Amino acid sequence: MSTFLGMPVHAPRGVGHLRGDEPFPAAARTALANPQLRSNLRHATTTIRGKSGRVIAELPDWQELRSAGSALKTYTMANMPRLLEQLEEKVTAAGGVVHWAADAEEANRIVTGLIQETGERRAIKIKSMATQEIGLNEALEEAGIEAVETDLAELIVQLGRDKPSHILVPAIHRNRAEIREIFLREMPGVDPALTDDPAELAGAARRYLRETFLSTKVAVSGANFGVAETGTLAVVESEGNGRMCLTLPETLITVMGIEKVVPAWQDLEVFLQLLPRASTGERMNPYTSMWTGVTPGDGPQNFHLVLLDNGRTAVLADEVGRAALHCIRCSACLNVCPVYERTGGHAYGSVYPGPIGAVLSPQLTGIADNASLPYASSLCGACFDACPVKIDIPSILVHLRNQAPHPRTEKAAMAAAAYTMDRPRLYQRAQRAAKLAELLGRKGRALPPPLNGWSASRDLPEVPDESFRDWWRGR
Amino acid sequence: MRIALFASCLADTMFPAAAKATVLLLERLGHEVVFPPEQTCCGQMHVNTGYQDQALPLVRRYVRTFEPCDVVVAPSGSCVGSIRHQHAMVARQAGDEGLATAAEAVAERTFELSELLIDVLKVEDVGAYYPHRVTYHPTCHSLRVLRVGDRPQRLLRQVRGLDLVELPAAEQCCGFGGTFSVKNADTSTAMLADKMRHVIDTGAEVCTAGDASCLMHIGGGLSRSGAGVRTVHLAEILASTEASS
Repeated sequence: MSTFLGMPVHAPRGVGHLRGDEPFPAAARTALANPQLRSNLRHATTTIRGKSGRVIAELPDWQELRSAGSALKTYTMANMPRLLEQLEEKVTAAGGVVHWAADAEEANRIVTGLIQETGERRAIKIKSMATQEIGLNEALEEAGIEAVETDLAELIVQLGRDKPSHILVPAIHRNRAEIREIFLREMPGVDPALTDDPAELAGAARRYLRETFLSTKVAVSGANFGVAETGTLAVVESEGNGRMCLTLPETLITVMGIEKVVPAWQDLEVFLQLLPRASTGERMNPYTSMWTGVTPGDGPQNFHLVLLDNGRTAVLADEVGRAALHCIRCSACLNVCPVYERTGGHAYGSVYPGPIGAVLSPQLTGIADNASLPYASSLCGACFDACPVKIDIPSILVHLRNQAPHPRTEKAAMAAAAYTMDRPRLYQRAQRAAKLAELLGRKGRALPPPLNGWSASRDLPEVPDESFRDWWRGR
Repeated sequence: MRIALFASCLADTMFPAAAKATVLLLERLGHEVVFPPEQTCCGQMHVNTGYQDQALPLVRRYVRTFEPCDVVVAPSGSCVGSIRHQHAMVARQAGDEGLATAAEAVAERTFELSELLIDVLKVEDVGAYYPHRVTYHPTCHSLRVLRVGDRPQRLLRQVRGLDLVELPAAEQCCGFGGTFSVKNADTSTAMLADKMRHVIDTGAEVCTAGDASCLMHIGGGLSRSGAGVRTVHLAEILASTEASS
């Protein structure tokens, strides 16, 4: 890595999945017009919300836990360089090899090279946001290496040649009838009599994956936490497929975003309480796998940790925006978001959808490449209340809007409004002119562009005969 | 008590009935209401759309206008939310620490209507009469920025003749969000469709809230759909009496 002096750089273009093909409003329009998608999302988010709400209500100290999680993350951000170096030292001492990747391209190059060194042509993968972010599967495919997703939902997405639409439940946009069709079409050796019974679908995936687990010698994972104090990596999951990947192969390569470092072993106490209740609505997650370097005779004998920046240092440099790096990827904010519930994840164009994606993606890529995302929110605040580490997402959205490039007509209208509002007499004349314009013009339903989106579905209120201040003056 | 009214630009211009009702209600309860004419807008639209530099003079105007007042009331949860949580931030962003400190002090004395009635004036029964079936939409900023909790419902339950029916999924946003409803009109409309369905399901004649902006949005949709449900600001219900109805 070359020495870099100056402001940290953003995630590069042309690699990975942080940028969409079109702005959010256009992509959302397509999603909103899909009744199957709307119904799948409504059902799934309502179910998770209910489940999570019930188990959170059981904990009398939930608010204190949130504050503890927030404080730990704030501390981590403030001490990031030292903690990462400590993590490197401990992992190396335990027999692992640590690699530093400045961006997606470098990370893909490192992982591809490591697999090529083993001579293998196939790798099994644990569900991981970091490897989705950098487009690792595509990079491996280019190098002639097959990457097999082993998380059930990721497998559905991969077999369906689809994109993930949720951080935790990447196939949330699919119902079981659609999943059955994908399996029948794409899964090698599938039973043609497969029904859409969830247990049968899981059984089909299990049969298919078991073969792969037993015959693949390299696994690639992400990490939920990396403990600086001990060099321990942690992955939490629900299915046990992750544990298969972490224990059976000879070589394990873990790609971890640098913000996933936590200072001490003891800190996991807080996060392992927060994460399952906020994400899947479980009291404890079913599989918690932790490993420290290499254990002779037990599990993978080669362990590589790839520490990924890809724009994170740039986020860290923003005093307000850096709180987005506190995210523990629980997706509670997606599940409570009224926008996400209606548009789904694909509309955000990035692997990080929903409220957290709307603050994280534009910061990783630079605001110009995701300028519409900070506006993909009504600022209703449900995400802030749901976040287990208390990320004030609405405030970060407002902060990013202030940095976003603005359309020229909007800029002019806003300047005119501010000018008028700062001059009470002019403001009063404008109030009267509004009534006059209404009397002279259309008593109408349609506003001119760009305001016509409002009047397409809602009537405008009639301008009153007298403003409040005119009434007050005449009292 | 002498109470200064911040009408908000929207109520002043488009929904004067909400501001008038606030005046008449407080006067009926024996208080003096003043309306400093230098007031215009809190600047929330500019801040939330990404124009903090243009919001700065509006923040300064609000602070200067209401600095001399002991207590300020606004019939809008989102304007009070902006005053309390954004004004000092905008001033600091511009490097004006003096304005930020003054803004914090004025914000502490600025209340949303239900907060003023219950926390400052210590009244739940305002002596109102409103013989209608009513459902209450809590509005996001009253609920999650100001944390007014059930204060509005406590006031409504004391209104004679009023039949308060619970709104299903009440805490979900109606889809307004200021310029969100223009920039993301389709998503906003999808959110509004669900809110309207829930309002209609209650069988209420009137949907009320503490914010004219959300009511403009919900009311605009209900009017277009011909649902036969009216939107009425909380202040108007609390100001109604046997004599006025």
